[in-house]
Order: sequence, then structure tokens, then C-alpha cells
Amino acid sequence: MFAVEVHNLRKEFLRRDADRSGLRRRRRRVAALEGVSFTMERGECVAILGQNGSGKSTLVRLLSTLLLPDGGTACIFGHDVFAEQRTVQRLVNRVSVEASFFKKMSSEENLSYAARFYGMTAGETRDRIPEILERVGFPVRRRHEGMEHLSRGMQQKVSLARALLTSPVLLLLDEPTTGLDPRSKLEVQQFIREIWVSHDATILLCTHDLAEAEALADRVGILDRGRLLCLEPADELKARYRAETLEEAFFAATGREFEQEQEDEDAERGVFA
Amino acid sequence: MRGAAVTLRHELIGLSGVLERNAYLVKRYAWWELAFFVWSLANTLTIVFIAKGVEAAGGKIDVNRATTTLLIGAVIWSYLGVVFEILTETVAWERWEGTIEYTFMAPLARPIHLIGMGVFAVVYGVIRTAVLFAVIAGFFSLSLGGANFAAALVVLAVASVSFIGIGMMTAVLPLISPEKGMQMGFIAQGILLVISGVYYPVSVLPQWMQWLSTISPATYALRGIRHAILNGEGVAALWGDIWPLIVIGVVAIPLGLFIFGVGERHAKRHGKLKRSG
Repeated sequence: MFAVEVHNLRKEFLRRDADRSGLRRRRRRVAALEGVSFTMERGECVAILGQNGSGKSTLVRLLSTLLLPDGGTACIFGHDVFAEQRTVQRLVNRVSVEASFFKKMSSEENLSYAARFYGMTAGETRDRIPEILERVGFPVRRRHEGMEHLSRGMQQKVSLARALLTSPVLLLLDEPTTGLDPRSKLEVQQFIREIWVSHDATILLCTHDLAEAEALADRVGILDRGRLLCLEPADELKARYRAETLEEAFFAATGREFEQEQEDEDAERGVFA
Repeated sequence: MRGAAVTLRHELIGLSGVLERNAYLVKRYAWWELAFFVWSLANTLTIVFIAKGVEAAGGKIDVNRATTTLLIGAVIWSYLGVVFEILTETVAWERWEGTIEYTFMAPLARPIHLIGMGVFAVVYGVIRTAVLFAVIAGFFSLSLGGANFAAALVVLAVASVSFIGIGMMTAVLPLISPEKGMQMGFIAQGILLVISGVYYPVSVLPQWMQWLSTISPATYALRGIRHAILNGEGVAALWGDIWPLIVIGVVAIPLGLFIFGVGERHAKRHGKLKRSG
């Protein structure tokens, strides 16, 4: 059984045109994912590379049960993501680019109530929360401070702790180090590596950090304008495109520089850039 | 059987998480709570002083009765506002804080989530309303010796079920329309204010509004509570107002859950289950 099995997954969004036609703005369909298919083995770490608007976050949101697809299937450990949502929700957790917490509440309070949603009692979390915060390198004495007083790097560590607290078998990381200072970025990457080994977790990492993808993942995929162009080990990817670096491989695969922002039409693709 | 017991345990723990989170928020926003309470106090006083104002202008009214009638209307309206606001925040506040995706991807049954919000809203609302009522009653030295507060609480408890059901229906609005949902919720609240006889008897309304008032739980809640406090009537005497509340509650909760479910599927289909900004 595959940890993740995605077949011909499609998602479109309705977009309003800027120009009005009469009183109403015209709407058109914009494809965010176009027939994406791939599988992941248990314990594997797969990185998906793509520019803003390429469909990375749409893929993560579909696998997190936050979106319904327009076509195709997705299974996590044999469970249909869209038909067995509650079962899948118990297996999955996620770290996104935004830390996403109640900012006035402390890290301990945020983790505490979130753990209840996964069936963990106060007795279970009393010791577990300080332990897990310590593991992610968060200064435990600051666990009673409001999240608004913590740096972005600290908040992201709490976000990792929140995801790990529920012991997910599939961890979805959606640009977890974007916007972090170099030191925090290294700490978070180190921790991802550690939990991958110690937790026996399967990790889907969506990123636009090429070095991060190469350092952490068994296989690297390139998602471009909603299409998954390839998914293979970084060395094979470079060999296939006769490239020295992943950046060159990305250019060869997509015809665009990695750092180049997409045209307006592509940026609009997504709500979920 | 064991599987069902485990599931039930998980759901109850999840429900406690909803209550816990809201309690943390009240604690962390304590100054906001105080400011909001003082605003409600000032607002309610403004309305309740109308009775004295009418007398001062030469009108002949029973000031004590009119003041109590207005006070009940104002505090119940305040209570209803709190319940609706907390339920509407199920989506709106989470969207603002950015936690909405984490809450909606958690393995927590939506009915449990919404009922948890409703239970918190009722407990918080009852405490806040009781304090508001006591402070203002003291302000006017009202004579409430014959009031049947226990019967009034029974009516409020039964009405709260309907209020939660309607609150679930309005909670879906920010899910469907992230920009205008909250405002649409205020419109629904405003319509209830007009048709439910909050500050005047329903009989003064045009006939078509009186028909509408029969489907508003606030109509029966206000009438029942006024009879309990002004006339000292017991639960048996208030049955005429209690049974419609039970009927509306039995319909409103499943309907609210159904409408929220439809709204959630719509939001997942159209990509609206996401943070603001």
C-alpha cells in the first residue's frame, strides 16, 4: 500500500475578470492543478518544487481535506481523502508558510486546545507540550507568552510542535522555512530531518527553496502551472535535463528561471499561491 | 460498541477543546471584554431611561413596569447578540487569526464543533446577561420582589437551543462570503430585532410582520421572560411560550447543521476555506 497515491487530480477555481461586462464581472475558470498523478512510499520524503501560483498549496490543501477536487482521486494509506475525511484527518497534519495561531494566546494554550481536537486529554498534554517544545528548540520558559511576542522563527517552531503533537503519519510541509532568517531556517530543516528519522513519518515538502529540496528529499518533483512535470531523485533529475544544479534542471524543464515570477495570468491561478 | 465509545470519547475531548479555547480567548482579551461590557451597559441604560423620559415628558405610564419591560428587552437582545456573535466567530475570527484551516482539517465532527461553540456562547452569555441585568436593575432601584427568576431562566434555556440553531445558520455566512458574511449576519440579527417585540409588543407591528414574528424564537423568549419577571408566572403558566420554543429548537438545530454542512462543502469546492490576507 502506498502512503500517498494521487491519480489525475484536478482543481479549478472561478476567477472574476477585472473588466466588467455590463453590471457584472465576467467569471472564468482557471486551472490550479491539471491531472497530477504520483505515489509516495511509507517513510519517504518527497519535495515538490514550483514557483508562486504553480499549484503547490492547492495540492497540500486537497490532501489536508480543505478542498474538494474537480476530478481525480487521492488516497492516504489506502483511505480516500475525499470520501473518508475524518479517518484521513487523524493521519495527517501540516505546517504552512504562515504560523497561524491565535496571537494573543500563548504557545502552550494554542497547542493545548489543538491537541484536544485530536482526542488528547489535558492529562496527556500537560507534560507532552513542554517536551515537544523543547525538542523543536523552543525555549520552554517562554511557553506562557503570547504568540504575538515571539519571532517568526519561534512561531514556526511552535507550528512544527503542533503538527508533531498529534503524531501524524503523513506530514505536509508547505514552505515551512519561507521568510525565516538563515539560522531559524537551518534549525527547522534540522528538525524536519530528525523527525523524519525518529517518527517514521512520510513527508510531502512543498517549497521553492531548491537547496532545501535537495538536502531533505528522496525525490524531487517539479510542479509548473498545475502540471507535475517530473518526480525523481535529485541526481536523476539533473541527469535527465543534463543540468549541473536543480536550478538549471528547473529551467530546462519549465523554460523559465526559478526566481522569475510568473505572468499575471499564472499568478492569478491561485488563490493559493 | 468499543469503537463507538472511543469515538464518543474523542468527540467529547474535542468539545472540551472548543470550550477551553474560548475560555483562553476571554482571558487573553479581558480588557476588550470589559470595554464591550461597559458599552453594553451604556447602551442598555440609554434604552431603559426612555421610560423615565416618557414620564418626564408628561406621559402617564407605570414607570417601574415600563422600565422592567425595556430592561428585559435590552438584556435579552444583548444576550442574543452575544450568542450570535460567538457562533458567527466560528468562522470569522478563525479566518482573521489564520487558524481556520487547522481547525477545519482537524478530526473534529462539525456538529460537535458547532455545539461546543453554542454551549460556550450560552454559558458566557447567561453570566454576562445576569451581571448586566443586576447592575442596571440596581441602577433604577426596581422592585422585583414577585419576579420568578427560575421560570425566566427555564424559558431562556429552552430559547437558547433555538438561538444556537439560528446562530449556526448565520455562522455559515462568513464561510460563503469572506468579505460580506459578517455584515449579512448583522442583517439577520436586525430583522429579529424588528419583528420579535424587543422593546414593544408584537401587536403594534403590521400584520405581515406579526406573521414573521411567529417564527422568531425571540418573540416567545421575550414574552415568556417578561411574564415570569413582571407577573411572577411559573413554568406551567408559561407553557404557551415554551412549546413553540421547543418546536423551533427541534427544527433549528438540525437545519442549522445542515445549512452549515452545505456551506462548508461550498467553501471547500470554491477554495473559500482559507485565512484572510
